[in-house]
Amino acid sequence: MKLPKRLADLLLTVAPIALAFAFTTLILWAADASPGEAYSNIWSGATENATKISSVLMAWVPLALCAAGLLVTFTAGLWNIGVEGQIAVGALLVTWVARNITLPAVALIPLLLLSGMLGGALWGVLCGLLKTHGRVHEIFAGVGLNFVAAALTNFLIFGPWKPADGATMSGTDPFPQAAWLPRLGNLPLVPLAPIAALLAVAAVYFTLKGTLWGLELKAIGKNIRSAFLMGIPTNRHLLLSFALCGALGGLAGAIQAAGVRQRLIPGISAGYGFLALLVVLLSGYRPLLTVPIALFFALIGVGSPRLELRMQLDSSLGGIIEAALVLFVLLANGIRTQLAGRRR
Amino acid sequence: MRIELQGIRKSFGDVRANDGISVTVEPATIHGLLGENGAGKTTLMKILAGYLIPDSGGVLVDGRAVEFASPAEAIAMGISMLHQDPLDFPPLSVLDNFLLARHEGILQDRRNARRELLQLSARFGFTLDPDAFVHTLTVGERQQLEILRLLSLGVELIILDEPTTGISAPQKVKLFETLQRLVQEEGKSIVFVSHKLAEIEELCSQVTILRHGRVAGHVIMPCPADRLVELMFGQCLTPTSRESVKLGQPALRLDRVSVSSYRLNVSNVSLEVQAGEVIGLAGLEGNGQQLLLRTCAGLKHPLTGRVYLDGQDMTGLTFHRYRDAGVAYLPAGRLEEGLIPGLTLLEHFVLASRQERTFVIDWPDAQTHTNRTIEGFHIIGSADTPVESLSGGNQQRMLLALLRPSLRLLLLEHPTRGLDVESALWVWDQLLKRRLQGTAILFISADLDEIMERSDRILVFSGGVMSEPIHASQTSCEELGYLIGGKGEAS
Repeated sequence: MKLPKRLADLLLTVAPIALAFAFTTLILWAADASPGEAYSNIWSGATENATKISSVLMAWVPLALCAAGLLVTFTAGLWNIGVEGQIAVGALLVTWVARNITLPAVALIPLLLLSGMLGGALWGVLCGLLKTHGRVHEIFAGVGLNFVAAALTNFLIFGPWKPADGATMSGTDPFPQAAWLPRLGNLPLVPLAPIAALLAVAAVYFTLKGTLWGLELKAIGKNIRSAFLMGIPTNRHLLLSFALCGALGGLAGAIQAAGVRQRLIPGISAGYGFLALLVVLLSGYRPLLTVPIALFFALIGVGSPRLELRMQLDSSLGGIIEAALVLFVLLANGIRTQLAGRRR
Repeated sequence: MRIELQGIRKSFGDVRANDGISVTVEPATIHGLLGENGAGKTTLMKILAGYLIPDSGGVLVDGRAVEFASPAEAIAMGISMLHQDPLDFPPLSVLDNFLLARHEGILQDRRNARRELLQLSARFGFTLDPDAFVHTLTVGERQQLEILRLLSLGVELIILDEPTTGISAPQKVKLFETLQRLVQEEGKSIVFVSHKLAEIEELCSQVTILRHGRVAGHVIMPCPADRLVELMFGQCLTPTSRESVKLGQPALRLDRVSVSSYRLNVSNVSLEVQAGEVIGLAGLEGNGQQLLLRTCAGLKHPLTGRVYLDGQDMTGLTFHRYRDAGVAYLPAGRLEEGLIPGLTLLEHFVLASRQERTFVIDWPDAQTHTNRTIEGFHIIGSADTPVESLSGGNQQRMLLALLRPSLRLLLLEHPTRGLDVESALWVWDQLLKRRLQGTAILFISADLDEIMERSDRILVFSGGVMSEPIHASQTSCEELGYLIGGKGEAS
């Protein structure tokens, strides 16, 4: 079989998307549900009014932030599974500041965002230190630190930070009003958040494409030994990439706590970190592509619960679409690599 | 078996490794394939053996067009390749290796296989123990095993890629004898890839010479060596005359240094190297040369003793501090420790300019600089060529091009390994320019001629023991040979 290279490329880009929807459609048929109705319910559930659209945007923010951070660590050749914990620790530090520091909102809000970034960065650097100095693979370090972060969150909610009328799964008391990120009218939309996310994506894009540091990080990701012998301070770069990714994760955590929930709840990271890993894999490590992909994921995330209300289908169908898409795209990438190998 | 390669083309990025090559290998002959590094020999042979698929062009076996999607398919057609480094499985036994890639049902017939191995082995006068582990074999014996394995798979055409590197002289005689018998007694065909003229002259009845991915000529042997060299390089080579260099201040001083790896100790080494001096480190691989070289680079810390650069005590400092002090280290593994596969030449040059402390990369400027350097260093490739698709010789040129302009101490492992004569001369031209600027050079080489020709002084390593520095003008290859063999002072 000999296809022209460009046609093969196009096929390998379109086919996985078509296959993912075909696969989901098959599952819907098997469940005796109308696929058309299901897809239109997801769509309308995410877009029918301003509130829904605001929710989609607010779900897009942590995905875009974490994806931007993960692009940095992926470039350095790192699998930063720990981003989930980095979100949580960012939220923890934000909660501490909100509960303990009284300032006018203008001063408090920047402080909250910064402390979220600091918390995430610290958790990221901890993972990095385990790798560079403790010889622990970053995946294992990340998984471990994720558990610690989740346990720490629960401990604080059910212990020191427990509400006066007793601890519940609904979390701590709401933060003082000065610590609420300002919303747009009555909508659940914090305008600051999407702006911050777009800035983060742009900054990461520029850093990786245009700066020497970005190129050095890429060199480390491709061959750390040669990079070291070329004089690049590999450990420092690795730690800094963990810190950057952690800071963006922590910022996502800050926005979740002070913007969306206005309190700390158990499971504050809500799986956004893991989902962002999928976003980056799906984008093929291309920063600008992560923006629409994260938006698509956010749409499905906000729209799927309607399946339960209208069609008695579990909302996890959204997860099936996302996961199938990622698997088919990875499969197509595998085929592409194989074809490229053939051509060499 | 008659093989015709017709108009084979194969590009890696912008590099045309094979640019319309046609070769015919007649049945029952030894066909030589000659060419400098990067001429396209290995690419062509990988295509013939099913490792690579050509961009265009075809292969005819006994007049019939064939297409190989994998080495297994080529073997099924009776074509296989013996690689420069044997592709075998050191932790397995000789018999296990012999059994690999056979397709005769689920159960192994070890008893028959053993008999076949012993018979084949006896026929060619090899002494292979079926139960020995492959890692205990010499490279020559591993080659013998691989030849027998290919024969048992029914291979009719064997490609040998630089088969004489790393084997001893008696093993080479044995190998050549075997190849001649395979052709004369069994009617096999052999393609013999080499850049060593003497071997080609001894073995081959026909020779194809490649240059820059094209056929430079077909020759029926015997043929004068001058003619072959001319076809290979397009010009005749003149060895560079040795300029005498005025040596400067001591650049490197080792004071009773001891280092050790998990299997070797180098003890109590004292040495002083002056600016502009070239020191050759001779010895069989793994006798302590690399350990010492890495100590001079700050990659390995001495257990005892001190290292001084320009009089500064550097003991225990990091590699990057040594680097800042003007030390450069060029390892043997070009793609493992020198270059970064996946990055382009342009990206490498930008990385190499990191000491300029720019934050934002000026890509157009870097592009101009890269194009100029590629031209200046005669690298066959372009700015956006991925570095791994360069040939070995061009990778070495690339590494030299990446070195910083002024260096105090340059440490090299096998600077010309795998390079053809012309590239090797070019590399040494570059190095000699460096020494004129006052760079002290320490290099490891397995090639005694190179050590003798290029060094001011020579250090011989044997079992972790370093000889006293020997002046190159006052020694001979024989004396060095004795020292390498651990026979002590020959005088």
